[in-house]
Amino acid sequence: MAYLFNTPDDIRSMLEAIGAESIEELFEQVPDHLQVEGLLDLPVGFSEPELEMHLRKLAAANCGGSSRVCLMGGGVYDHFIPAAVDEVASRGEFYTAYTPYQAEASQGSLQAFFEFQTLVCQLTGMEVSNASLYEGGTAVSEAVFMAMRVTKRYNRVVVLGSLHPEYQEVLETYLGNLSCQLDVIATPDGAADVNIVADTLDEETSCLVIQHPNVFGALEELEPLCQAAHDVGALAIVSFDPLSLGLLKTPAECGADIAVAEGQSLGIPAQYGGPFLGILACRQAHVRQMPGRLIGQTVDRNGQRCFVLNLQAREQHIRREKATSNICTNQGLLAIRATVYLSLLGRQGLVDVAELCCRKSHYAAERLGELPGFELMFSRPFFKEFTLRVQGDATEVINRAAEAGFDLGPALGRFPRLRESLGEAADQTLLVAVTEQRTREEIDRLVESLAATSEDSATPQTLTKPA
Amino acid sequence: MRNTHATELLFDLSQPGRRAAQFPTSDVPDRPLGDMIPDAFRRASHDHSLPELTESDVIRHFLNLSTLNMSVDTHFYPLGSCTMKYNPKRHERMARLPGMVDLHPYQRICDQQGMLRLLHDMQEMLAEIAGLPAVSLQPAAGAQGELAALLVASAWFRSRGETRTRVIFPSSAHGTNPASAAIAGFECVQLENTSDGLVDLDELETQLDDQTAVFMITNPNTLGLFETQIESIAARVHEVGGLVYIDGANMNAIMGVTRPGDFGGDMMHFNVHKTFTGPHGAGGPGAGPIAVRSELAEFLPGPVVTRITDDDGQPHFELETPSRSIGRVRSFFGNVGILLRGYCYLRTLGREGVREAARHAVLNANYLKALLADLLPAPFGQHCMHEFVGSASNLKDDRGITAMDVAKRLLDFGFHAPTIYFPLVVPEAMMIEPTETESKATLDAFAATLHEIAEEDLEFLHQAPHAAPVSRPNDVQAARQPILLWSPDDDTAEDV
Amino acid sequence: MDPATLKFSKSHEWLHLDGNIATVGITDFAVEALTDLVFVELPEVGRTLDAGEIFGEVESVKAVSDLYAPVAGEVTEVNTGLPDDLDALGEDPFGRGWMIRVNVSDASAADALLDETAYREHCQSAGH
Repeated sequence: MAYLFNTPDDIRSMLEAIGAESIEELFEQVPDHLQVEGLLDLPVGFSEPELEMHLRKLAAANCGGSSRVCLMGGGVYDHFIPAAVDEVASRGEFYTAYTPYQAEASQGSLQAFFEFQTLVCQLTGMEVSNASLYEGGTAVSEAVFMAMRVTKRYNRVVVLGSLHPEYQEVLETYLGNLSCQLDVIATPDGAADVNIVADTLDEETSCLVIQHPNVFGALEELEPLCQAAHDVGALAIVSFDPLSLGLLKTPAECGADIAVAEGQSLGIPAQYGGPFLGILACRQAHVRQMPGRLIGQTVDRNGQRCFVLNLQAREQHIRREKATSNICTNQGLLAIRATVYLSLLGRQGLVDVAELCCRKSHYAAERLGELPGFELMFSRPFFKEFTLRVQGDATEVINRAAEAGFDLGPALGRFPRLRESLGEAADQTLLVAVTEQRTREEIDRLVESLAATSEDSATPQTLTKPA
Repeated sequence: MRNTHATELLFDLSQPGRRAAQFPTSDVPDRPLGDMIPDAFRRASHDHSLPELTESDVIRHFLNLSTLNMSVDTHFYPLGSCTMKYNPKRHERMARLPGMVDLHPYQRICDQQGMLRLLHDMQEMLAEIAGLPAVSLQPAAGAQGELAALLVASAWFRSRGETRTRVIFPSSAHGTNPASAAIAGFECVQLENTSDGLVDLDELETQLDDQTAVFMITNPNTLGLFETQIESIAARVHEVGGLVYIDGANMNAIMGVTRPGDFGGDMMHFNVHKTFTGPHGAGGPGAGPIAVRSELAEFLPGPVVTRITDDDGQPHFELETPSRSIGRVRSFFGNVGILLRGYCYLRTLGREGVREAARHAVLNANYLKALLADLLPAPFGQHCMHEFVGSASNLKDDRGITAMDVAKRLLDFGFHAPTIYFPLVVPEAMMIEPTETESKATLDAFAATLHEIAEEDLEFLHQAPHAAPVSRPNDVQAARQPILLWSPDDDTAEDV
Repeated sequence: MDPATLKFSKSHEWLHLDGNIATVGITDFAVEALTDLVFVELPEVGRTLDAGEIFGEVESVKAVSDLYAPVAGEVTEVNTGLPDDLDALGEDPFGRGWMIRVNVSDASAADALLDETAYREHCQSAGH
């Protein structure tokens, strides 16, 4: 039997020490009639080679980034992951350790998380970061709850319509049973109109949630938007792209009170959407309202520097229903990946990646925008991702690109929450993201193949099962 | 042999001009950055940005840091309530397969059929183990599973024209239970008594009424005991129209032996990182799928995977949002990398292995309990399930040795400490969960060490650990003057 | 302040009445039970409190405890130095460790509180 280590002799002598006749006797607390008769209806167990054969077959039925050139975006990006990240994250001492409650047995994890917190602050300019949340969507929700506690305004939250639609959905779910009004401001120009936003905010508003670059890839007028929030005493929550900060002003410079992010770009593979890394950083003044774990530096009984879980009285295991969040298990190993990634990148590497993403995506946008039947949906500045408007159905273009060996998308028509901002063009729009990994040759080839197929678009395409 | 230089903080190791990651130069036509992104959006300087290191600096730093940890791979880790079982290496290889690790969540459905099949079959296996037919794999961890299920409950009540306001749980509940209930908008009611370590049915009775929404219960409970009256408890909650939530943190004791759906549970979560050996990752990631009764299925968070049989008899898989779903609780599908490891585990164990794992977890716990009966007697129950809570009260009364002293001293002998001072109903509590993936020899050595520690000099114990990298950190100082990040001019942090 | 001149609540706050102005803090017993305190949060001047209303909280490393107003009234003064001098709570809970001054709406309400003897008995019977 897999992973059981007692021999029949062991079992006999163990039962003897316990004073029981059989293992069944130990289960006497479970009433007889509640015990499963026989075995559950589960498959028969696999040996390791059988398991591997099975998984390889399943993997082969997927078509991922290794078989096509990836220009997909929408919150998950194909950035390069240096080998050293996997090397560190594969250390059993990290990935098979528990939450570092026992400080003396966990200095490795604790110090790595302390470094993670520091790196996030260096990246964002914020004053304090926690040790991770689940992912970008719940990070927004947690930030909103935090803003309500800080401002003591529990009745209204305002969100830009250019926030990732799935993050909007998560927030709506989290607020579902609370008497808090959630207002979404549509962004038909691809980014918010500051005047409309300022008019919408009021003294009841706890926070304004802004994504920058936003779900369309476009940059928002971040500074005046944060200012508009502050003008009514609300907090500005900014969901940012970590790698964009090699080029863009930091959330802190722009006036963010709480900066949150999906950290997938920082050395974490796509793996069908998770596990990822929720980042949350804020100003020192709000530290006691933060959700999640915080690592602090202190000294031990010999005066030696060391690290511990800190300000735990905020958390559920102590404050229970009054805790700043229900989160317990977080995304520790992903925070370690991000820590390694950022320390490999360093100050210059961050600038290099950001500039490469920017240059290549602008080259791709220019070339694609010149194709007949293709145009950029918005004229806003963007960082590494842009919204393309095509003639006809955007999913058709995605299918044509896939045939030619490229993954584009997602098509924005799949998100009902974006329809108000996109209007009747919704089904004609798709995202294209270009990371530092793409080459000019790939981009040119994509453009050529789309040009070729759009010429004979009168001919119906042979497609695999529709997306 | 410790390399204390390499474990200085990254920021102290940084040297201007060093770098690890190198990228190719741009191969697209050069344009001024300002043409693409106007100056107003761009940062002016990187003065306080990221440290500068070489790749070997980075590797040496983190590998030396890793040696300051205890872990399942290196140590016996009998942390109660955490199920620190062995993490099979084959799972790590499978999680990195191309086609799995690089699959974008917005790939076309026809390009994700292998993944969807895996997730669909995972849903089915969890439903079978739960005895509850409908599963959502979305929650990222147990706490999020609780929140999702409570939101499902309230949506279900609303659909029946009811607004119920209260969630009840025993005082031994994990802190996540009340914290999740509060976010879901419920009022929390805590039961205080645990006569014989179990829920007091009479006390529960006094709290049940037409405002009772959900009773949350961990079974087996945090004392390692099966709630023998669980059926009556569930029946009473159902009589007042409430739902029963089973916190599945301790499923390792009962998988394949008894099922939450069979003993009265309406909803539950699994902790894939505990029961199904997704590694704990120094605090996460986990995965907290939930299973519910069929009448609650349409409210589950989505998407979920459905199987459709084509005209030619071949199955294909689709993503579907349940018809009256509470909505998403996170972006994308879920913590798929962890679900995949759990899937590999269940496929390896198979129908027999699942039950055998639970039986051996219980055998190991009872054996260790027997070996420690004189030293750390467990106040409740004759036999335990997968864990037991022993009390160091006798040691404290006779010799002045506390649970804390024992826990710290164990580290010197190469054993991780049990969970201590939880649950609160046992004084000087030591909550011990050996798991099934430890051999008798390890359990013998652990028990012998505890007996040895009990004879040691008191002052020496108060100063323990002696061999760990650090000893008894000053967490009062940490909390009074929090230092939450490195700063260049910090001189309070000099190594001695 | 001499504990014998004070009034006490069962939730371990003490109160000293001077005309209509009540000075409020927490008792030595409470400080000891909470062990090493790391944080105290106090209300703002001007806030109106009902009797029994939570006016702040004290936190140790592993526990947190609400502070309850023993009588109703308006906060007129707050010991703003206390968060930076938490040792005062252990060293001088009835003096330097005071927390807030309240302009009480009904001074006679303090009569319902415990005197020192009754409070000490309450602490003993609480099983500590």
